Amino acid sequence: MYYAVTIATLVTMGLALIRAILGPSVYDRVLAVNMIGTKTVLLLSVIAFLYGRPDFLDLALAYALINFIGVLAVLEFFRNRALRRSTEPDRET
Amino acid sequence: MIVIFGVFLLTLLVITAIAIVRTENLFVAVMLQGIASLFIAGNFFLLDAADVALTEAAIGAGISTVLFLSALALTSERERSKSSNKMLSFTVVAVAALVLIYATFDKPRFGDPNAPVQTHVAPWYLEKTPEYIDIPNVVTAVLGSYRGYDTLGEVLVVFTAGIGVLFLLGSGAPLGSLPQEKINEGLRHHLIPRVVGRVLIPFILLFGLYVQFHGEYGPGGGFQAGAIIAAAIILFALLEGEQRALSVIPARVLLGLVAFGPLLYLAVGIAGIVLGGNFLDYSVLSSDSVTGQQLGILLIEAGVGITVTGVLLSIFHAFAARGR
Amino acid sequence: MSMLLDILSWVLLTLGGLSILIGGIGALRMPDLYTRMHAASVTDSMGAILVLVGIMLQAGLTLATIKLIAILLFLLISSPTSSNTLASAALLAGTRPFEEAHQSDDEGKE
Repeated sequence: MYYAVTIATLVTMGLALIRAILGPSVYDRVLAVNMIGTKTVLLLSVIAFLYGRPDFLDLALAYALINFIGVLAVLEFFRNRALRRSTEPDRET
Repeated sequence: MIVIFGVFLLTLLVITAIAIVRTENLFVAVMLQGIASLFIAGNFFLLDAADVALTEAAIGAGISTVLFLSALALTSERERSKSSNKMLSFTVVAVAALVLIYATFDKPRFGDPNAPVQTHVAPWYLEKTPEYIDIPNVVTAVLGSYRGYDTLGEVLVVFTAGIGVLFLLGSGAPLGSLPQEKINEGLRHHLIPRVVGRVLIPFILLFGLYVQFHGEYGPGGGFQAGAIIAAAIILFALLEGEQRALSVIPARVLLGLVAFGPLLYLAVGIAGIVLGGNFLDYSVLSSDSVTGQQLGILLIEAGVGITVTGVLLSIFHAFAARGR
Repeated sequence: MSMLLDILSWVLLTLGGLSILIGGIGALRMPDLYTRMHAASVTDSMGAILVLVGIMLQAGLTLATIKLIAILLFLLISSPTSSNTLASAALLAGTRPFEEAHQSDDEGKE
């Protein structure tokens, strides 16, 4: 019964990857990375049960943390870039 | 069935790698690199290597992306178009790849019990760990005790990377002409992530400590815990601003951590000599040999965690302070 | 009793997988950034709840269930926050929502 969920999650990760490659703006790509991160958390939880090793759930929690911090870091980068561009409009970037 | 999942993840990884090479925008490459890290970490997990998967996710998908973005903030976003000979490099890489693929035809089958990797020291480690060290996680036993000297080398490599970056970037004058207050605010005007982050940071720190000390019983250990604790403090620096983060944990304290970690490790090694054994021999650290081994592993994992935390935070602050 | 738990868990896992898949298709086919964010974040939370509760029913009352509750709590707190921050950052940077459909409708009527 776990196989169906695993297949759905893997297919969704593939679709999100296509969005990350295609996405016209950078926010599409950040969205795709966030999605892949949360899907990885679910994939790990399901496969930890598939293997019968519930002590692997620590990894899922760590991934969830890292995903959250990563997205906030990317947004901070954008905010700084926007500020930099607004105060130095003639700089070649 | 699991093998099919693994192959699918590897296919996605190849697609991501091709996309990283083909894109010109370095920011897109950094985002795709984070995704590639997640795919390879998923694959490690499918191969039942939990400690490696945890380290790959924590450092590759999290900290690496943050550091790449901090470096990108100091430079331009477009890749400079190169005019070198592409056919030559393509031919060299293709020949190397074909030779590697040909070499894999001689590999033993996946999971073969007679493969050399399964018959040399691995069975000895698996049999003797309950008798000599008595901790459930054999990976930590191998990392900490049987191959403790190699782990000392790894800690010194991390230390060297840290002081290398600090030499290059630590004394930088601010590059841009942005007002200090505006930049160092962090995500101050975004109220929701600030509030949520404030609630979550203590729990992330607690989880980092859990991963550190639970490394003997489950996946975990010093490297992963150092990355998670550094990520928590980086989150604090992002939400509350660089100045506030530097006033909470000053740069001197971070330098102290960077130096203290390897010193702790070496002190455990020398304590082994002082108490009558060899360098990094933990059995003499306590009256009972097994307790001594566990105490030794605990102390050196603490040393590893402290080093990784200090180095990652110092590198982050060096990058972040440079572009202001 | 355990048969009932198995069936319930199977239903929850299937619904969770379905909602994750819908989210993935939505993120790919939606025309605009904000609609994609909507698809991705709503189905993320829904799929997480369904899948993790489905697994929890299989685990019974063990340490694994407590860890799963911790993962679920963390996902429910952090995932909407990330989506909100992403949307507000996109809005502050000036990304406009999709408006062409309305304009072409008006032009057609006139």
